[in-house]
Amino acid sequence: MAEHLTPTIRVAAGLRQGGDAASAAATPLIRIENLSLYYGRAKALSNITLSIPERLVTAFIGPSGCGKSTLLRCLNRMNDLIDNVRIEGRVAIHGHDLYDAKTDVIELRKRVGMVFQKSNPFPKSIYENIAYGLRLRGMRDRRMLDETVERSLRQAALWDEVKDRLHASALGLSGGQQQRVCIARAIAIQPEILLMDEPASALDPLATARIEDLILDLKKEFTIVIVTHNMQQAARISDSTAFFYLGELIEFDATRRLFTNPARKQTEDYVTGRFG
Amino acid sequence: MGLERGYRARPGEWIAEKLIFLVSLTAMVMIFLIFVFVTREALPILLGRMSSAATLETAVIPPSQMDSLSSEALRQYLGLTPAEFAGKDRETLELLMELKQEIAAEAPEDKDATVNTAAWRYLLFPYQWTGYDHPVYIWQPVSAIHKYNIVPLIVGSLKTTLVALLFAVPLALAAALYVSQLASPRLKEWIKPAIELLAGIPSVVLGFFGLIVMATFLQNVFGYASRLNALVAGIALGLAALPVIFSIAEDALTSVPRTYTEAALALGSSRWQAAWQIVLPAAVPGVFAAVALGFGRAIGETMVVLMASGNASILSWSLFDSTRTITATIAAELAETVFGGHHYRILFLLGAVLFAVTFLANLAGDLVIQRLKKRLEGKRS
Repeated sequence: MAEHLTPTIRVAAGLRQGGDAASAAATPLIRIENLSLYYGRAKALSNITLSIPERLVTAFIGPSGCGKSTLLRCLNRMNDLIDNVRIEGRVAIHGHDLYDAKTDVIELRKRVGMVFQKSNPFPKSIYENIAYGLRLRGMRDRRMLDETVERSLRQAALWDEVKDRLHASALGLSGGQQQRVCIARAIAIQPEILLMDEPASALDPLATARIEDLILDLKKEFTIVIVTHNMQQAARISDSTAFFYLGELIEFDATRRLFTNPARKQTEDYVTGRFG
Repeated sequence: MGLERGYRARPGEWIAEKLIFLVSLTAMVMIFLIFVFVTREALPILLGRMSSAATLETAVIPPSQMDSLSSEALRQYLGLTPAEFAGKDRETLELLMELKQEIAAEAPEDKDATVNTAAWRYLLFPYQWTGYDHPVYIWQPVSAIHKYNIVPLIVGSLKTTLVALLFAVPLALAAALYVSQLASPRLKEWIKPAIELLAGIPSVVLGFFGLIVMATFLQNVFGYASRLNALVAGIALGLAALPVIFSIAEDALTSVPRTYTEAALALGSSRWQAAWQIVLPAAVPGVFAAVALGFGRAIGETMVVLMASGNASILSWSLFDSTRTITATIAAELAETVFGGHHYRILFLLGAVLFAVTFLANLAGDLVIQRLKKRLEGKRS
């Protein structure tokens, strides 16, 4: 991919310039410019401009139907699977336009991993779930596969729980464990960016806490973009937060400021729980 | 409070439930009764109580000597049950004795004439009939010596079914995978009904197509001797089984959660890889069920094989030899048999064999499907 964009391009015009020291120092990795998305004739996203910094956690929050998941799915072109989707504007990673005709979607998805809202391990063994992505990348050597599977499971904080049953079906695990299998599967192929679409929304508080710890751990290595319904979760784990409402980006700022001192009335109403 | 009213609280629902139960019960009872009927007709053969010997081992007694026999000896000579014997008057008995005499007079001068060809060992094992230099399996029910070996028919059925499945399963599964996973919705709207419409083609039309069009074409391609054979019949049969396999397999593949495909694509698989490596293995129980159903359709199909197989009841494993199936035999011969005779009963025995084969195949298929499902669901490794 192309060289990095200059770090100075950060938050779009019309939105407050901001960010704490951590996010200001980071390089913007993903640059979204004037992105609009239509399902048929219905406009789901309108004119979004946003820069996502490298190796930090960026959270998308907002009420249901605000377009946050749709935007997330623009980043690895999962929206391609839906018919009648039309996209205007530009999404670039390292300055390379994802919607360029020459973009190899498969290569893109190998660099931009994704964890879904509902855990969706394949109906295969735990080992095969994680080895699948590696095999897709052409890894055949048994020892390397074993090592990478183990490393990924350790990184996903699951190794100790499953090391004796690696060849049992992943569907026999608990919900939280299944979601961690999905995370291990996504990080096994070493993507640059990890997209997480409400990864803990179907889990109990304990399993949620484990996933959150995991995310904080993973941000050392990956750039993470997470969609969440849970504002406390966004506050706990993210460095910067974008608030969406009805397909528009209302505010994007360092998480601490967005939650304590929002610039917009709508943001304040949402984060204080007045609607949503 | 009305809590103790029980089913009287909702009598309509109660009646509806019982009615539905009755309907489903009827289906089971029907299947059971058909099985009982078929087996009952075949029972004398199954128990070895039927004789199809062309002539008697005992000497012929002319009707004029009737009075010299005791009534018990006469009954045994005529091969009647006591009840049958009691129900017949003197004239009828005389006629029966004349008939015996005639049969004996017409009986072929053959060492096999006294053989009971409806006994188990002649049904299943080869026998060296007069005029043959080695033991053979032969189905020749209307010759002077009735030869009832069912092995060529069973082999014929299995052979054509195997060809049908080898032809239909790959095609149907490929089409199902394409339609459910890869085709655009617009294309899917065309292909799916088109293949399913194939199921609506009457089997006599498929047989006709096999007989006239395919037989000539395949003979030109392969250059074999007999124009109608197991290959032609098998492929025509495959056309009949294909839509069955396709629609069940397509349902199974479509019902694999989209989330699996999404997960695979998000890992950087192509659509083809996701369909082949993730969706197909996840749908294996349903696909297996589709194949099992296709097997049942193929082995039970009659008209196609009757028309396109050549109907020679010879034992051969070659696909290019004319062949005859169990179903075609029953269809072609049952109307011309003597009601209650040995030929009639052996055809019912064939029906029972067919019933047993399909039943066992379904049962085995079901067990395999249960195991596969459990494995996929992680209930056992």
